[in-house]
Amino acid sequence: MTEPTRAHSRARSRTPARDHDDRPVVTGIGVAAPNGLGTPAYWAATLDGKSGLGRITRFDSERYPVRVAGEVSEFDDTEHVPSRLAVQTDHWSHLGLTAADMALRDAGVDPATLPEYEMAVVTASSSGGTEFGQREIEKLWSQGPGYVGVYQSIAWFYAATTGQISIRYGMRGPCGVICAEQAGGLDVLAQGRRLLRQDARVVVTGGTDASLCPYGLVAQVSTGLLSTRDDPERAYLPFDDDACGYVPGEGGAMLIMEDAAAARARGARPYGAVAGYGATFDPPPVPGQEPRSNLRRAITLALEEARVDPAEVDVVFADALGVPARDRLEAQAISAVFGPHGVPVTAPKTMTGRLYAGGAALDVATALLAIRDGVIPPTVGVRAAAPAYELDLVRSAARDGPVRNALVLARGHGGFNAAVLVTAA
Amino acid sequence: MTTFTLDDMRRIMGGCAGVPETLDLAGDIGEVSFAELGYDSLAVLEMAARIQQRLGVRIPDDAVDEMKTPQAAVDYVNRRLAA
Repeated sequence: MTEPTRAHSRARSRTPARDHDDRPVVTGIGVAAPNGLGTPAYWAATLDGKSGLGRITRFDSERYPVRVAGEVSEFDDTEHVPSRLAVQTDHWSHLGLTAADMALRDAGVDPATLPEYEMAVVTASSSGGTEFGQREIEKLWSQGPGYVGVYQSIAWFYAATTGQISIRYGMRGPCGVICAEQAGGLDVLAQGRRLLRQDARVVVTGGTDASLCPYGLVAQVSTGLLSTRDDPERAYLPFDDDACGYVPGEGGAMLIMEDAAAARARGARPYGAVAGYGATFDPPPVPGQEPRSNLRRAITLALEEARVDPAEVDVVFADALGVPARDRLEAQAISAVFGPHGVPVTAPKTMTGRLYAGGAALDVATALLAIRDGVIPPTVGVRAAAPAYELDLVRSAARDGPVRNALVLARGHGGFNAAVLVTAA
Repeated sequence: MTTFTLDDMRRIMGGCAGVPETLDLAGDIGEVSFAELGYDSLAVLEMAARIQQRLGVRIPDDAVDEMKTPQAAVDYVNRRLAA
């Protein structure tokens, strides 16, 4: 997906960077989440512990094993996306386009005034346009091939959101999509950072997912990791003794990432910097043996690159799968690095469900807001973290900071691990 | 004999390819090119597919390429209906 990079003369001719100036900054945030559309609404709800989980309304889920999800209920596809664009794109792209527009406005970036080849787009996706695809496949079955719309050819595939953002704003720099399920929402920041070290000056990054249609849900259910409980308040309880799987959700966040010096030069006010990143892959599962995880290594890689000691980390945004065996692996990785009860841990995704590619991007946005306001948002629903996990879980109510360094963890189904350390700019 | 009107075409355009941001479909758009209206080649292909289903008129791809305006599409369809 990535275009060949052009000459790097501009990057080379820069004056020597000041310390930390190679750390890209995030200057804009756009959020489309089940508990709030737009950053102010989302952040207020999240600090209040207000959940967006509820019975699925996008389709009749009565006969499906999973009936609770996080839907962006305030979102109106035809109101938020121009008509010509809306017909060509899936609901997941609608959420992404809307979040990207919010993020650009928040950053004060006017794409029309910037060189088109210096604006890049790298988003994460894990499902693509399943709802759109299901609609077209239903036409194929019931009416025949001539009834399948032409836009199926461009709406379903993973890069569609990236491509439509690129077209909408004339961003003709390197564009791509990363598919690593939940971890992809962090991996995009590393790819965006790479592009900023080359010729890009602005990168639209982050991700969304929205796969709450019968076809999409069935594909998710097959993993056996989803919660089948009907009570939204008891359906998703990561690290709890009563954990029973996770609730899926839709939405995510888009972020505007820029070179720190360039952002400063144009007078932007960054939320924070992306200071460290680590990615690892789990060993394949061996039947009859306990699963093993390389999450710890991803954490230490991110901290090392950021030159931040574990004691300097103020909060960990956990992946929080809500599946006991996986919760244990994550708790072990956190305790191994930070010590037992050694760092506040939180999972605001208990209020949104897991948003897949959108989830980790939203966690990064949330971590940056936590840094800005010096407060750690809560994990809702969990009555007490299982003592064996030895976690200092921020439960029920937000906890006052200060927050200077925040670590975000994400695991993608199939063995992806990623960690990102964001820090006050 | 059935005739295909510009209003029929407007309904098909808006229904399957969306409404332009800058121009009103209800306005005098017969001779405005699809490109100027904001419809790309995929959009015109989609319109042609809906016309074929609704009226049973077959529209080959090269004929679609020649339809530069809504009025040109209307004229083509009416020629085929009369044939």
